[in-house]
Amino acid sequence: MAVAVGCPLNAHAQDANSIRGMAATCANCHGTEGRSAGTVPGLAGVDKTQIVQQMQDFKTGKRASTIMQQLARGFTDAQIEQIAAWFSAQKK
Amino acid sequence: MKINRREFVKRMSAGAAVTALAGCMSNAGRPAAGRVVVIGAGYAGATAAKYIRLWAPDIDVTLVERDAEFISCPLSNLVLGGSKTIRDMTVGYGGLAKYGVKLMRDDAVAVDPVKREVRLASGASLQYDRLVVAPGVDVQYDTLPGLASADAQSKVLHAWKAGAQTVALRKQLETMRDGGVYAVHIPKAPYRCPPGPYERACQVAHYFKTAKPKSKVLILDANEDVVSKKGLFMAAWNGPYKGIVEYRPNSELEDVDASTLTAKLQFGSVNADVLNVIPPQRAGNIALVTGLITANNRWCGVNWQTMESIKVPGVHVLGDATLSAQLMPKSGHMANQHAKVCAAAIIAMIKHEPVNQEPMMVNTCYSFIDDKNVVHVASVHAYDASEKTMLPIKGAGGLSDKANELEGTYALSWAKNIWADMLG
Repeated sequence: MAVAVGCPLNAHAQDANSIRGMAATCANCHGTEGRSAGTVPGLAGVDKTQIVQQMQDFKTGKRASTIMQQLARGFTDAQIEQIAAWFSAQKK
Repeated sequence: MKINRREFVKRMSAGAAVTALAGCMSNAGRPAAGRVVVIGAGYAGATAAKYIRLWAPDIDVTLVERDAEFISCPLSNLVLGGSKTIRDMTVGYGGLAKYGVKLMRDDAVAVDPVKREVRLASGASLQYDRLVVAPGVDVQYDTLPGLASADAQSKVLHAWKAGAQTVALRKQLETMRDGGVYAVHIPKAPYRCPPGPYERACQVAHYFKTAKPKSKVLILDANEDVVSKKGLFMAAWNGPYKGIVEYRPNSELEDVDASTLTAKLQFGSVNADVLNVIPPQRAGNIALVTGLITANNRWCGVNWQTMESIKVPGVHVLGDATLSAQLMPKSGHMANQHAKVCAAAIIAMIKHEPVNQEPMMVNTCYSFIDDKNVVHVASVHAYDASEKTMLPIKGAGGLSDKANELEGTYALSWAKNIWADMLG
């Protein structure tokens, strides 16, 4: 694989950047880097498994919601894992 | 050991060289800094400026804005309804300083994409490596001769850019006699904020219901049907606003007589006590003079992986000015999402790193039915490599079941967070 021979750091950086970009789609409602200024809960520093569980519950409809089940269905399980890990690593 | 400045610089340089050799030759060791100019500090431009600095503090960002403060279009219909004032949706630009965004109160009048230079009304000019054009929309009066004069435009307001027009329209509604008619004209889609005119009708109806119960709201829609959230708005017009709101589709405006407040339609005319004409729109003027418009003389085509113009290299276009992808509304929320994809792409391009090939965007639009009850429409969009555009993800997105107060609190929270996300 060209990337492995060339520059693994670079490939890693690209993944990290695309995850950061994906997480930034949440910031409009949940605050920049997940630090909420409103009544909608912040995500920064929240335990990864908790975020994944909530998103899965939205996705399946187990947890009732107005908008989140519609948005959660737009993300794959792998993407939810990535976003959750990213937010859990942000400082509150 | 004491190190003088010269020695310190020498050591740092040596250190940097070592890092460059040990690191990846494809990008390390290059000068990281680049210059970005952003034109327009609305939902798109301010977000782009902030996020470039947030993610890459070594890139120089200058944000050019003609207005002193940001005034939000989303929520501004509540000024017409009477539950909010224009101050409630006004935010200063001061918060951007902590990210190191250089704010210039000026007006961009021309762009030289070869010299990579922006000329400003003050006579100054700015050099850029990458330019972001986020001018929003300009209203087009050229199809409405009766609204050509400034006097006519001051009588028949659009209030489709929040601010003085919004306040003036509220004053017209306040001074209108009870038993009068407020008529709002909606242009053919696409226009800024698809549900906005219908929300406006609800807000004026809410005001009339409480303050001027004999008055009517007449919606003259150039479109053949309600463009957005149809069932939810119809439920309001056939429910709490029954007898107040009348909806007329296929009512394209041919001209206006501002002296008599007459809307001239293809079949007959309508007289109103307050006439509110939302004219057709196109990308803001700087996009036009820069040659960024590619579709119907109105909108700017972009590469959705980078938001770069498909016509002018080095120039990125954001927000309402873009030729929208499939089912992508011209909304403040969407503009913010454009900006983040653009910010990431510009950083990658300046630093010679790979651009994210699969950007995602989310949209959320809340509309206030009255002062508390709100409905939403939401969607999730992802880049499709075969179609080379953003496509809505099937199975995701949707609408509220019905208007509800919980979403009223979410909508206000949304405003707080998105304003902070772009300006704070």
